[in-house]
Amino acid sequence: MAKRVPVPEEYKIKQAELKKSHRKSAMKDIRRDWQLYLLLLIPLAFVFVFNYAAYPGLRIAWMDFKPALGFEKSKWVGWATFIKTFKDPDFITALRNSLVFNILDLAVTFPLPIVLALILNELRYPRFKKVSQTILYLPHFLSWAVIGSVAYTMFKPTTGLVNIFLTNVGLIDQGIPFLTEKWHWAVTYLFIGIWQCMGWNTIIYLAAITSINGELYEAAMIDGAGRWKRMWHITLPGIRSTIVTLLIMSLGRVMGSNFERLKVFDNAMVRDFQYQLAIYIYNKGLQASKFSMATAVGLFQSAVGLLLVLITDRIAKSLGEEGLM
Amino acid sequence: MKKEEVVRGAEVNSEGNRAIVKFRISDFVMMFVITLLSLSCILPFIHIAAKSISSNNKVIAKAVYFWPKEATLEAYKSIFADGSLGKSMIYSVIVTLIFTALGMVVCICGAYPLSRVRLRGRKWLTFLLMVPMYFGAGLIPTYLLYSDYKLLDNMWVLILPLVYSAYNLLIMKTFFMSSIPDSLEESAFLDGASNIQILLKIVLPLSKPILATISLFYAVGRWNTYSDNMYFIRSEKLKMVQYKLYQMVASAAEAQTTAMSDAAAVTSTPEVLQAASVMFITIPIICIYPFLQKYFVKGTMVGAVKG
Repeated sequence: MAKRVPVPEEYKIKQAELKKSHRKSAMKDIRRDWQLYLLLLIPLAFVFVFNYAAYPGLRIAWMDFKPALGFEKSKWVGWATFIKTFKDPDFITALRNSLVFNILDLAVTFPLPIVLALILNELRYPRFKKVSQTILYLPHFLSWAVIGSVAYTMFKPTTGLVNIFLTNVGLIDQGIPFLTEKWHWAVTYLFIGIWQCMGWNTIIYLAAITSINGELYEAAMIDGAGRWKRMWHITLPGIRSTIVTLLIMSLGRVMGSNFERLKVFDNAMVRDFQYQLAIYIYNKGLQASKFSMATAVGLFQSAVGLLLVLITDRIAKSLGEEGLM
Repeated sequence: MKKEEVVRGAEVNSEGNRAIVKFRISDFVMMFVITLLSLSCILPFIHIAAKSISSNNKVIAKAVYFWPKEATLEAYKSIFADGSLGKSMIYSVIVTLIFTALGMVVCICGAYPLSRVRLRGRKWLTFLLMVPMYFGAGLIPTYLLYSDYKLLDNMWVLILPLVYSAYNLLIMKTFFMSSIPDSLEESAFLDGASNIQILLKIVLPLSKPILATISLFYAVGRWNTYSDNMYFIRSEKLKMVQYKLYQMVASAAEAQTTAMSDAAAVTSTPEVLQAASVMFITIPIICIYPFLQKYFVKGTMVGAVKG
């Protein structure tokens, strides 16, 4: 056991002085940068008025909220809404569909941009590279309404270009109902998801690749490492922390799907098959005015998303990665 | 990037012919893959463009692929004659412009101070601004909040709530941090410039790529989003043009699946008209895209690397 040494008076005074001077310099810093704080007030005002101000509204998940009664007069019901919601068969379907579709989405959408970035990085002709990049980014800038419209046109069973092509080549004799039969729909839905973001998501990896030290490649080449070896041993490890960061962030979206994407590919043939939480919240909340139930589901969705991000972040950190924050 | 290319060139020279031949095969495969993917991105739009200026008969007869048949501007004329799509187009442009201008102001006001490492309380303020990115309140509390603000069924509900974007702020902040050296600021400080003067006269003129990038993100984001039109807007005249297109697509899809025959679907919503609407709505993006493209790749590249 260490003996407790009495703190010398001198040291105490020094500490106090330091604290004082620290406070003084803080005042000085704030005086110097007051304009910066003033600027910051603008985004802070927006975030408080439009984001933070909505959080108290979450309490209606524990209430039997009636819009006519308002927040004050509606009854508190504890966890009853949650229990009722979790027993709702519609909710269970929506939850299952959300998980299945989003995990599949993540599994196919996440690796492709990495591969694509590696390929783009290896391309020889700068002009070709530039033009193809420009074209590959384009789908990211189009709305789901436009993509939906184009997809319905391309994939129509008899007049769609894809089916005409496949029939003419002789691969099929009957049009494939790409968007009107549930299993085909699922594949098409996932495929369009990849197609939309594959180009755009390469940007962040390409940026990470440019920051890898060129001398590493030089050294590897002198040691006789070929293109694949360099890719595997230098480029991939070089962008590993970017991959991990993006993976953590995309895990947060496993519960939430893009409402616009779901809505535009929705049709009578697949309505129950593709029923997901985003649609559930919209239907129950805004169409059927079951505010408390929809809030409970929304809260559940956000909480699970946040939890997943925090857990994966912790795991990544314990494995020696940088993590998110 | 440059360094790497130099290195690769040297390798080919030093290893001689065999290396070039060996590399051509994998180069060819890679170029082939990229070409295929690029075609998948561009051919559908050429197809739609061709359909939009073809005659209805040829389209129904499945004769139009990538080149218009019996070229006519009939479909576009009928869009203009009807007027409703044109009107909501103008409305959407106005909303998008106001939104982008406001968004840029808010984003710069947030990103610049937070990019200065010397700022006291920087970590804490950044955290405060990033929370909404990780935890949203959800649709219903948001809806009730806007209803309290009397924003429902109001043009401003399409503008104000989205003006603050944590994602854009983060990218811009990273760009400022990595490309505006402190020394530049210090000399201006010594000359007696204030923070706001430095921002306006030094930082912003040096940040054109990121300004172009973020304004593109804001504008395209607003232009393309229509879910908030479904949530918060009831009157038809306050709905944006993308929502109108969505309605067209949804009713066509419904007709296709319930009538079960393409012929019926074609008569219920002329395909030519839908193709023309798609082109009409996408043209603004296609017009600005090539001009901003050289900026946004640079801007996003610098801004996206985690700082």
